[in-house]
Amino acid sequence: MSILLCFLSFLVLGGRYAEATESLTVSAAMSLKNAFEDIGRVFEAKHRGVKVYFNFAGSGTLSRQIESGAPVDVFASASVRYMDNLERKGLIIKASRRNFAGNSIVLIVPSTSRLQVSSILGLLNAGVRRIAIGNPGTVPAGEYAKEVLKHFELWGKLRDKLIFAGNVRQVLDYVARGEVDAGMVYASDAGTRPDDVKIAAEVPAESHSAVVYPAAVVKGTGSKALAGEFIDMVTSENGQKILKNDGFKPLGKERP
Amino acid sequence: MSAINDATLFSLRLSLQVATVATVLVMLVGISVAYILARKDFRGRVLLDILITLPLVLPPTVTGYYLVILFGRNGFIGRFFYDLTGWSIMFTWYAAVLASFVVALPLMIKTARAAIESVDKNLINASYSLGHSELETVFKVILPLSRKGIIAGVVLSFARALGEFGATLMIAGNIPGRTDTMPLAIYTLANSGEWSTANFMVLFLTLISGFFLYITNRVGMRAV
Repeated sequence: MSILLCFLSFLVLGGRYAEATESLTVSAAMSLKNAFEDIGRVFEAKHRGVKVYFNFAGSGTLSRQIESGAPVDVFASASVRYMDNLERKGLIIKASRRNFAGNSIVLIVPSTSRLQVSSILGLLNAGVRRIAIGNPGTVPAGEYAKEVLKHFELWGKLRDKLIFAGNVRQVLDYVARGEVDAGMVYASDAGTRPDDVKIAAEVPAESHSAVVYPAAVVKGTGSKALAGEFIDMVTSENGQKILKNDGFKPLGKERP
Repeated sequence: MSAINDATLFSLRLSLQVATVATVLVMLVGISVAYILARKDFRGRVLLDILITLPLVLPPTVTGYYLVILFGRNGFIGRFFYDLTGWSIMFTWYAAVLASFVVALPLMIKTARAAIESVDKNLINASYSLGHSELETVFKVILPLSRKGIIAGVVLSFARALGEFGATLMIAGNIPGRTDTMPLAIYTLANSGEWSTANFMVLFLTLISGFFLYITNRVGMRAV
Protein backbone atom coordinates (compact mmCIF):
# COMPACT_ATOMS: atom_id res chain seq x y z
CA MET A 1 0.00 0.00 0.00
CA SER A 2 2.71 2.46 0.94
CA ILE A 3 4.52 1.58 -2.27
CA LEU A 4 1.39 2.39 -4.19
CA LEU A 5 1.10 5.73 -2.37
CA CYS A 6 4.70 6.56 -3.17
CA PHE A 7 4.08 5.74 -6.80
CA LEU A 8 0.95 7.87 -6.95
CA SER A 9 2.53 10.85 -5.25
CA PHE A 10 5.46 10.51 -7.63
CA LEU A 11 3.07 10.71 -10.55
CA VAL A 12 1.29 13.74 -9.15
CA LEU A 13 4.47 15.61 -8.23
CA GLY A 14 6.14 14.64 -11.48
CA GLY A 15 3.17 15.99 -13.39
CA ARG A 16 3.22 19.29 -11.51
CA TYR A 17 6.91 19.69 -12.16
CA ALA A 18 6.47 19.20 -15.90
CA GLU A 19 3.55 21.64 -15.95
CA ALA A 20 5.38 24.51 -14.33
CA THR A 21 8.01 24.82 -17.04
CA GLU A 22 8.19 26.05 -20.58
CA SER A 23 10.08 23.55 -22.64
CA LEU A 24 12.30 23.38 -25.67
CA THR A 25 12.97 20.18 -27.60
CA VAL A 26 16.32 19.94 -29.31
CA SER A 27 17.01 17.09 -31.73
CA ALA A 28 20.77 16.87 -31.96
CA ALA A 29 23.34 14.59 -33.53
CA MET A 30 24.49 11.91 -31.09
CA SER A 31 28.06 13.23 -31.14
CA LEU A 32 26.83 16.48 -29.60
CA LYS A 33 25.50 14.72 -26.50
CA ASN A 34 27.95 15.87 -23.84
CA ALA A 35 28.52 19.35 -25.24
CA PHE A 36 24.82 20.06 -25.75
CA GLU A 37 23.89 18.78 -22.32
CA ASP A 38 26.37 21.24 -20.88
CA ILE A 39 25.07 24.04 -23.07
CA GLY A 40 21.53 23.04 -22.08
CA ARG A 41 22.36 23.49 -18.41
CA VAL A 42 23.81 26.94 -19.05
CA PHE A 43 20.74 27.79 -21.12
CA GLU A 44 18.36 26.64 -18.38
CA ALA A 45 20.29 28.67 -15.82
CA LYS A 46 19.89 31.76 -18.00
CA HIS A 47 16.22 31.16 -18.76
CA ARG A 48 14.45 30.44 -15.49
CA GLY A 49 11.54 28.08 -15.85
CA VAL A 50 12.68 26.71 -19.17
CA LYS A 51 13.38 23.00 -19.48
CA VAL A 52 15.43 21.78 -22.44
CA TYR A 53 14.70 18.26 -23.66
CA PHE A 54 17.30 16.61 -25.87
CA ASN A 55 16.62 13.99 -28.45
CA PHE A 56 19.98 12.53 -29.44
CA ALA A 57 20.26 10.09 -32.34
CA GLY A 58 21.85 9.69 -35.74
CA SER A 59 21.20 12.85 -37.77
CA GLY A 60 19.48 10.83 -40.49
CA THR A 61 17.06 9.35 -37.99
CA LEU A 62 16.36 12.79 -36.52
CA SER A 63 15.76 14.43 -39.89
CA ARG A 64 13.38 11.61 -40.77
CA GLN A 65 11.49 12.23 -37.52
CA ILE A 66 11.19 15.90 -38.36
CA GLU A 67 9.94 15.05 -41.84
CA SER A 68 7.25 12.93 -40.21
CA GLY A 69 6.16 15.85 -38.08
CA ALA A 70 7.97 15.27 -34.79
CA PRO A 71 7.34 18.18 -32.40
CA VAL A 72 10.89 19.49 -32.37
CA ASP A 73 12.06 23.10 -31.93
CA VAL A 74 15.75 22.92 -32.87
CA PHE A 75 17.63 20.55 -35.15
CA ALA A 76 21.41 20.23 -34.94
CA SER A 77 22.92 17.88 -37.50
CA ALA A 78 26.37 16.35 -37.93
CA SER A 79 26.10 16.73 -41.66
CA VAL A 80 24.97 19.54 -43.92
CA ARG A 81 23.30 16.97 -46.16
CA TYR A 82 20.42 16.27 -43.79
CA MET A 83 19.95 19.96 -43.07
CA ASP A 84 19.94 20.75 -46.81
CA ASN A 85 17.30 18.09 -47.26
CA LEU A 86 15.04 19.61 -44.60
CA GLU A 87 15.65 23.10 -45.98
CA ARG A 88 14.68 21.96 -49.48
CA LYS A 89 11.47 20.55 -48.09
CA GLY A 90 10.76 23.80 -46.28
CA LEU A 91 10.85 22.21 -42.84
CA ILE A 92 13.34 24.56 -41.20
CA ILE A 93 13.42 28.34 -40.87
CA LYS A 94 16.12 29.20 -43.38
CA ALA A 95 17.20 32.45 -41.73
CA SER A 96 17.91 30.67 -38.45
CA ARG A 97 20.40 28.22 -39.96
CA ARG A 98 23.99 28.46 -38.69
CA ASN A 99 27.06 26.26 -38.91
CA PHE A 100 28.42 26.09 -35.40
CA ALA A 101 31.20 23.51 -35.23
CA GLY A 102 33.50 21.16 -37.07
CA ASN A 103 35.01 17.83 -36.19
CA SER A 104 37.54 15.31 -37.38
CA ILE A 105 37.40 11.55 -37.77
CA VAL A 106 39.66 9.21 -35.84
CA LEU A 107 40.32 5.51 -35.91
CA ILE A 108 39.94 4.01 -32.45
CA VAL A 109 40.72 0.64 -30.91
CA PRO A 110 39.89 -0.72 -27.44
CA SER A 111 42.38 0.60 -24.87
CA THR A 112 43.38 -2.99 -24.11
CA SER A 113 44.01 -3.80 -27.77
CA ARG A 114 47.39 -5.24 -28.66
CA LEU A 115 46.80 -4.98 -32.39
CA GLN A 116 49.33 -3.06 -34.45
CA VAL A 117 47.07 -0.54 -36.09
CA SER A 118 48.59 2.86 -36.61
CA SER A 119 46.93 3.98 -39.82
CA ILE A 120 43.80 3.34 -41.83
CA LEU A 121 45.70 0.77 -43.89
CA GLY A 122 46.39 -1.07 -40.63
CA LEU A 123 42.76 -2.19 -40.81
CA LEU A 124 43.98 -4.79 -43.34
CA ASN A 125 45.82 -6.45 -40.45
CA ALA A 126 44.43 -10.00 -40.17
CA GLY A 127 43.89 -9.51 -36.44
CA VAL A 128 41.24 -6.90 -37.21
CA ARG A 129 38.12 -8.99 -37.61
CA ARG A 130 35.37 -6.52 -36.91
CA ILE A 131 35.29 -2.81 -37.62
CA ALA A 132 32.39 -0.68 -36.44
CA ILE A 133 31.21 2.38 -38.30
CA GLY A 134 27.93 4.24 -38.22
CA ASN A 135 25.30 3.03 -40.67
CA PRO A 136 26.09 5.24 -43.68
CA GLY A 137 22.37 5.44 -44.47
CA THR A 138 21.42 7.35 -41.33
CA VAL A 139 24.62 8.21 -39.44
CA PRO A 140 26.83 11.01 -40.78
CA ALA A 141 29.90 9.59 -39.01
CA GLY A 142 29.28 6.39 -40.95
CA GLU A 143 28.97 8.33 -44.18
CA TYR A 144 32.32 10.02 -43.54
CA ALA A 145 33.83 6.66 -42.56
CA LYS A 146 32.58 5.14 -45.80
CA GLU A 147 34.19 7.99 -47.75
CA VAL A 148 37.45 7.35 -45.92
CA LEU A 149 37.39 3.63 -46.67
CA LYS A 150 36.54 4.33 -50.31
CA HIS A 151 39.33 6.91 -50.51
CA PHE A 152 41.84 4.30 -49.36
CA GLU A 153 40.20 1.67 -51.58
CA LEU A 154 39.36 -0.46 -48.57
CA TRP A 155 35.56 -0.38 -48.74
CA GLY A 156 35.32 -3.51 -50.89
CA LYS A 157 38.11 -5.34 -49.08
CA LEU A 158 36.75 -4.71 -45.59
CA ARG A 159 33.04 -4.92 -46.45
CA ASP A 160 32.60 -8.23 -44.64
CA LYS A 161 34.24 -6.97 -41.46
CA LEU A 162 32.09 -3.90 -41.09
CA ILE A 163 29.53 -3.68 -38.30
CA PHE A 164 27.03 -0.87 -38.82
CA ALA A 165 25.86 0.95 -35.71
CA GLY A 166 22.72 3.06 -35.25
CA ASN A 167 24.65 6.13 -34.15
CA VAL A 168 28.22 7.18 -33.55
CA ARG A 169 28.13 6.60 -29.78
CA GLN A 170 27.15 3.01 -30.43
CA VAL A 171 30.32 2.65 -32.50
CA LEU A 172 32.23 4.10 -29.56
CA ASP A 173 30.50 1.68 -27.18
CA TYR A 174 31.18 -1.37 -29.35
CA VAL A 175 34.88 -0.46 -29.38
CA ALA A 176 34.95 0.42 -25.66
CA ARG A 177 33.40 -2.93 -24.78
CA GLY A 178 35.83 -4.72 -27.05
CA GLU A 179 33.03 -6.23 -29.14
CA VAL A 180 34.85 -4.98 -32.23
CA ASP A 181 38.56 -4.50 -32.92
CA ALA A 182 38.37 -1.00 -34.33
CA GLY A 183 35.95 1.74 -35.21
CA MET A 184 35.70 5.18 -36.70
CA VAL A 185 34.22 8.00 -34.64
CA TYR A 186 34.66 11.75 -34.24
CA ALA A 187 37.67 12.97 -32.30
CA SER A 188 35.21 14.52 -29.84
CA ASP A 189 33.60 11.11 -29.18
CA ALA A 190 36.92 9.39 -28.54
CA GLY A 191 37.55 12.01 -25.86
CA THR A 192 34.47 11.03 -23.86
CA ARG A 193 35.79 7.56 -22.97
CA PRO A 194 39.56 7.95 -22.71
CA ASP A 195 39.84 4.98 -20.35
CA ASP A 196 38.14 2.54 -22.69
CA VAL A 197 39.36 3.49 -26.13
CA LYS A 198 42.55 4.85 -27.62
CA ILE A 199 43.08 6.71 -30.84
CA ALA A 200 45.06 4.51 -33.22
CA ALA A 201 45.24 7.04 -36.01
CA GLU A 202 43.92 10.42 -37.05
CA VAL A 203 42.10 10.12 -40.34
CA PRO A 204 43.47 12.52 -43.00
CA ALA A 205 40.94 15.31 -43.49
CA GLU A 206 41.27 15.18 -47.29
CA SER A 207 39.98 11.60 -47.37
CA HIS A 208 36.42 12.65 -46.53
CA SER A 209 34.14 15.67 -46.91
CA ALA A 210 34.43 18.31 -44.22
CA VAL A 211 32.57 17.57 -41.00
CA VAL A 212 30.37 20.60 -40.43
CA TYR A 213 27.55 20.88 -37.88
CA PRO A 214 24.61 23.09 -38.85
CA ALA A 215 21.71 24.00 -36.55
CA ALA A 216 18.37 25.55 -37.41
CA VAL A 217 14.98 26.31 -35.91
CA VAL A 218 12.39 23.81 -37.08
CA LYS A 219 9.39 25.29 -38.87
CA GLY A 220 6.14 25.06 -36.96
CA THR A 221 7.82 25.36 -33.56
CA GLY A 222 5.73 26.91 -30.83
CA SER A 223 8.77 28.59 -29.28
CA LYS A 224 10.52 30.24 -32.18
CA ALA A 225 12.19 32.97 -30.12
CA LEU A 226 13.45 30.57 -27.49
CA ALA A 227 14.69 28.14 -30.16
CA GLY A 228 16.60 30.99 -31.83
CA GLU A 229 18.11 31.94 -28.49
CA PHE A 230 19.30 28.37 -28.02
CA ILE A 231 21.14 28.49 -31.36
CA ASP A 232 22.54 31.90 -30.36
CA MET A 233 23.91 30.30 -27.22
CA VAL A 234 25.52 27.48 -29.19
CA THR A 235 27.28 29.99 -31.43
CA SER A 236 28.08 32.34 -28.53
CA GLU A 237 31.56 32.53 -27.06
CA ASN A 238 30.41 30.47 -24.10
CA GLY A 239 28.86 27.77 -26.27
CA GLN A 240 31.89 27.65 -28.53
CA LYS A 241 34.12 27.25 -25.50
CA ILE A 242 32.10 24.24 -24.32
CA LEU A 243 32.25 22.69 -27.78
CA LYS A 244 35.99 23.32 -28.02
CA ASN A 245 36.57 21.73 -24.62
CA ASP A 246 34.73 18.66 -25.81
CA GLY A 247 36.99 18.29 -28.82
CA PHE A 248 35.01 20.03 -31.55
CA LYS A 249 36.75 22.28 -34.02
CA PRO A 250 35.64 25.92 -34.14
CA LEU A 251 34.25 27.37 -37.36
CA GLY A 252 34.82 31.08 -36.77
CA LYS A 253 34.15 32.11 -40.33
CA GLU A 254 30.65 30.71 -40.55
CA ARG A 255 29.33 32.89 -37.76
CA PRO A 256 27.38 35.91 -38.93
CA MET B 1 6.02 -5.76 -56.81
CA SER B 2 9.07 -3.57 -56.90
CA ALA B 3 9.23 -3.81 -53.13
CA ILE B 4 10.82 -7.25 -53.31
CA ASN B 5 14.53 -6.77 -53.83
CA ASP B 6 17.60 -8.75 -52.81
CA ALA B 7 17.76 -7.16 -49.38
CA THR B 8 14.11 -8.00 -48.71
CA LEU B 9 14.60 -11.59 -49.82
CA PHE B 10 17.68 -11.85 -47.65
CA SER B 11 15.75 -10.64 -44.58
CA LEU B 12 12.93 -13.04 -45.37
CA ARG B 13 15.28 -15.99 -45.71
CA LEU B 14 17.27 -15.01 -42.63
CA SER B 15 14.12 -14.61 -40.54
CA LEU B 16 12.83 -18.02 -41.52
CA GLN B 17 16.24 -19.57 -40.92
CA VAL B 18 16.62 -17.95 -37.49
CA ALA B 19 13.07 -18.79 -36.44
CA THR B 20 13.37 -22.40 -37.64
CA VAL B 21 16.66 -23.10 -35.89
CA ALA B 22 15.48 -21.33 -32.74
CA THR B 23 12.22 -23.30 -32.75
CA VAL B 24 14.01 -26.65 -33.10
CA LEU B 25 16.19 -25.74 -30.11
CA VAL B 26 13.16 -24.47 -28.21
CA MET B 27 11.40 -27.79 -28.86
CA LEU B 28 14.32 -29.87 -27.61
CA VAL B 29 15.02 -27.80 -24.53
CA GLY B 30 11.46 -26.64 -23.91
CA ILE B 31 9.79 -30.04 -23.90
CA SER B 32 12.51 -31.51 -21.67
CA VAL B 33 12.27 -28.68 -19.18
CA ALA B 34 8.47 -28.72 -19.32
CA TYR B 35 8.53 -32.44 -18.51
CA ILE B 36 10.92 -31.91 -15.60
CA LEU B 37 8.87 -29.02 -14.21
CA ALA B 38 5.62 -30.95 -14.61
CA ARG B 39 6.72 -34.31 -13.28
CA LYS B 40 9.68 -33.81 -10.96
CA ASP B 41 9.98 -32.26 -7.58
CA PHE B 42 13.39 -30.86 -6.74
CA ARG B 43 15.06 -27.99 -4.95
CA GLY B 44 15.09 -24.82 -7.00
CA ARG B 45 12.15 -25.87 -9.15
CA VAL B 46 10.30 -22.62 -8.56
CA LEU B 47 13.45 -20.62 -9.18
CA LEU B 48 14.08 -22.43 -12.46
CA ASP B 49 10.50 -21.81 -13.47
CA ILE B 50 10.80 -18.09 -12.72
CA LEU B 51 14.17 -17.71 -14.44
CA ILE B 52 12.96 -19.39 -17.60
CA THR B 53 9.67 -17.50 -17.65
CA LEU B 54 11.25 -14.07 -17.07
CA PRO B 55 11.90 -13.33 -20.77
CA LEU B 56 8.16 -13.65 -21.32
CA VAL B 57 7.44 -10.64 -19.13
CA LEU B 58 10.70 -8.68 -19.30
CA PRO B 59 11.04 -6.03 -21.98
CA PRO B 60 13.05 -7.67 -24.78
CA THR B 61 15.68 -4.96 -24.42
CA VAL B 62 16.29 -6.11 -20.84
CA THR B 63 16.63 -9.69 -22.04
CA GLY B 64 19.02 -8.42 -24.71
CA TYR B 65 20.98 -6.52 -22.08
CA TYR B 66 21.49 -9.70 -20.08
CA LEU B 67 22.46 -11.60 -23.21
CA VAL B 68 25.13 -9.01 -24.02
CA ILE B 69 26.43 -9.13 -20.45
CA LEU B 70 26.61 -12.92 -20.66
CA PHE B 71 27.64 -13.53 -24.25
CA GLY B 72 29.42 -10.34 -25.37
CA ARG B 73 33.09 -10.60 -26.22
CA ASN B 74 33.87 -9.48 -22.69
CA GLY B 75 30.79 -11.10 -21.17
CA PHE B 76 30.88 -13.71 -18.43
CA ILE B 77 30.45 -16.61 -20.85
CA GLY B 78 31.44 -14.81 -24.03
CA ARG B 79 34.92 -13.93 -22.75
CA PHE B 80 35.70 -17.53 -21.95
CA PHE B 81 34.48 -18.54 -25.38
CA TYR B 82 36.42 -15.80 -27.13
CA ASP B 83 39.68 -16.63 -25.36
CA LEU B 84 39.23 -20.26 -26.29
CA THR B 85 38.17 -19.95 -29.91
CA GLY B 86 38.71 -16.34 -30.96
CA TRP B 87 35.07 -16.27 -31.97
CA SER B 88 32.24 -14.25 -30.54
CA ILE B 89 28.54 -14.71 -31.13
CA MET B 90 27.91 -10.96 -31.20
CA PHE B 91 26.71 -9.59 -34.55
CA THR B 92 26.28 -13.04 -36.09
CA TRP B 93 23.05 -14.72 -37.09
CA TYR B 94 23.63 -17.20 -34.28
CA ALA B 95 23.10 -14.29 -31.90
CA ALA B 96 19.69 -13.75 -33.50
CA VAL B 97 18.95 -17.44 -32.92
CA LEU B 98 20.03 -17.11 -29.29
CA ALA B 99 17.79 -14.08 -28.75
CA SER B 100 14.80 -15.77 -30.40
CA PHE B 101 15.45 -18.94 -28.45
CA VAL B 102 15.52 -17.24 -25.07
CA VAL B 103 12.42 -15.19 -25.79
CA ALA B 104 10.38 -18.04 -27.29
CA LEU B 105 11.39 -20.71 -24.77
CA PRO B 106 8.90 -19.74 -22.04
CA LEU B 107 6.00 -19.96 -24.49
CA MET B 108 6.96 -23.54 -25.31
CA ILE B 109 7.50 -24.48 -21.69
CA LYS B 110 4.25 -22.94 -20.46
CA THR B 111 2.06 -24.67 -23.06
CA ALA B 112 3.90 -28.00 -23.01
CA ARG B 113 3.94 -28.10 -19.23
CA ALA B 114 0.21 -27.50 -18.99
CA ALA B 115 -0.36 -30.25 -21.54
CA ILE B 116 1.91 -32.73 -19.77
CA GLU B 117 0.32 -31.97 -16.41
CA SER B 118 -3.11 -32.66 -17.83
CA VAL B 119 -2.21 -36.19 -18.93
CA ASP B 120 -4.21 -38.70 -16.89
CA LYS B 121 -1.95 -39.94 -14.05
CA ASN B 122 -3.58 -43.37 -14.19
CA LEU B 123 -2.32 -43.88 -17.72
CA ILE B 124 1.21 -42.97 -16.69
CA ASN B 125 1.07 -45.29 -13.69
CA ALA B 126 -0.35 -48.05 -15.89
CA SER B 127 2.58 -47.65 -18.27
CA TYR B 128 5.06 -48.00 -15.43
CA SER B 129 3.28 -50.99 -13.91
CA LEU B 130 3.31 -52.67 -17.33
CA GLY B 131 7.07 -52.49 -17.11
CA HIS B 132 7.81 -49.50 -19.35
CA SER B 133 10.85 -47.43 -18.46
CA GLU B 134 10.52 -43.70 -17.87
CA LEU B 135 11.84 -42.93 -21.35
CA GLU B 136 9.39 -45.35 -22.96
CA THR B 137 6.57 -43.87 -20.95
CA VAL B 138 7.52 -40.38 -22.09
CA PHE B 139 7.62 -41.27 -25.77
CA LYS B 140 4.75 -43.75 -25.86
CA VAL B 141 2.29 -42.25 -23.40
CA ILE B 142 3.00 -38.75 -22.17
CA LEU B 143 4.14 -36.99 -25.36
CA PRO B 144 1.48 -38.52 -27.64
CA LEU B 145 -1.22 -37.53 -25.15
CA SER B 146 0.05 -33.98 -24.79
CA ARG B 147 0.87 -33.44 -28.46
CA LYS B 148 -1.79 -30.80 -29.01
CA GLY B 149 -0.39 -28.54 -26.34
CA ILE B 150 3.08 -29.19 -27.67
CA ILE B 151 2.09 -28.35 -31.24
CA ALA B 152 0.47 -25.15 -30.02
CA GLY B 153 3.68 -24.34 -28.13
CA VAL B 154 5.80 -24.95 -31.20
CA VAL B 155 3.64 -22.75 -33.40
CA LEU B 156 3.58 -19.94 -30.84
CA SER B 157 7.34 -20.22 -30.36
CA PHE B 158 7.96 -20.03 -34.08
CA ALA B 159 5.75 -16.97 -34.39
CA ARG B 160 7.47 -15.30 -31.45
CA ALA B 161 10.93 -16.17 -32.82
CA LEU B 162 9.98 -14.76 -36.20
CA GLY B 163 8.90 -11.49 -34.60
CA GLU B 164 11.81 -11.05 -32.18
CA PHE B 165 13.15 -7.50 -32.29
CA GLY B 166 14.54 -5.96 -29.09
CA ALA B 167 16.90 -8.63 -27.83
CA THR B 168 18.04 -9.34 -31.39
CA LEU B 169 18.83 -5.68 -31.98
CA MET B 170 21.02 -5.61 -28.89
CA ILE B 171 23.00 -8.80 -29.38
CA ALA B 172 23.00 -9.29 -33.16
CA GLY B 173 23.12 -5.61 -34.07
CA ASN B 174 21.21 -4.67 -37.16
CA ILE B 175 23.79 -5.43 -39.80
CA PRO B 176 22.41 -5.09 -43.33
CA GLY B 177 22.94 -8.28 -45.26
CA ARG B 178 23.93 -10.22 -42.17
CA THR B 179 21.71 -9.90 -39.14
CA ASP B 180 18.82 -7.77 -40.31
CA THR B 181 15.87 -10.07 -39.85
CA MET B 182 12.50 -8.82 -41.11
CA PRO B 183 11.49 -6.92 -37.95
CA LEU B 184 14.86 -5.15 -37.88
CA ALA B 185 14.82 -4.45 -41.61
CA ILE B 186 11.34 -2.96 -41.28
CA TYR B 187 12.57 -0.68 -38.50
CA THR B 188 15.53 0.48 -40.59
CA LEU B 189 13.39 1.04 -43.66
CA ALA B 190 10.81 3.02 -41.71
CA ASN B 191 13.59 5.08 -40.14
CA SER B 192 14.98 5.99 -43.50
CA GLY B 193 11.56 6.62 -44.98
CA GLU B 194 11.47 3.66 -47.37
CA TRP B 195 7.94 2.66 -46.48
CA SER B 196 7.12 1.09 -49.82
CA THR B 197 9.98 -1.41 -49.48
CA ALA B 198 8.81 -2.30 -45.98
CA ASN B 199 5.28 -3.00 -47.19
CA PHE B 200 5.98 -6.49 -48.48
CA MET B 201 7.62 -7.60 -45.24
CA VAL B 202 4.91 -6.04 -43.08
CA LEU B 203 2.25 -7.79 -45.11
CA PHE B 204 4.12 -11.09 -45.02
CA LEU B 205 4.59 -10.98 -41.24
CA THR B 206 0.96 -10.04 -40.69
CA LEU B 207 -0.32 -12.86 -42.88
CA ILE B 208 1.99 -15.50 -41.46
CA SER B 209 1.23 -14.48 -37.86
CA GLY B 210 -2.49 -14.60 -38.56
CA PHE B 211 -2.02 -18.03 -40.11
CA PHE B 212 -0.19 -19.24 -37.00
CA LEU B 213 -2.96 -17.99 -34.73
CA TYR B 214 -5.45 -19.83 -36.93
CA ILE B 215 -3.41 -23.04 -36.56
CA THR B 216 -3.14 -22.71 -32.77
CA ASN B 217 -6.86 -22.09 -32.56
CA ARG B 218 -7.62 -25.13 -34.65
CA VAL B 219 -5.30 -27.32 -32.58
CA GLY B 220 -6.71 -25.85 -29.38
CA MET B 221 -10.29 -26.52 -30.47
CA ARG B 222 -9.57 -30.13 -31.20
CA ALA B 223 -7.77 -30.47 -27.92
CA VAL B 224 -10.88 -29.56 -25.96
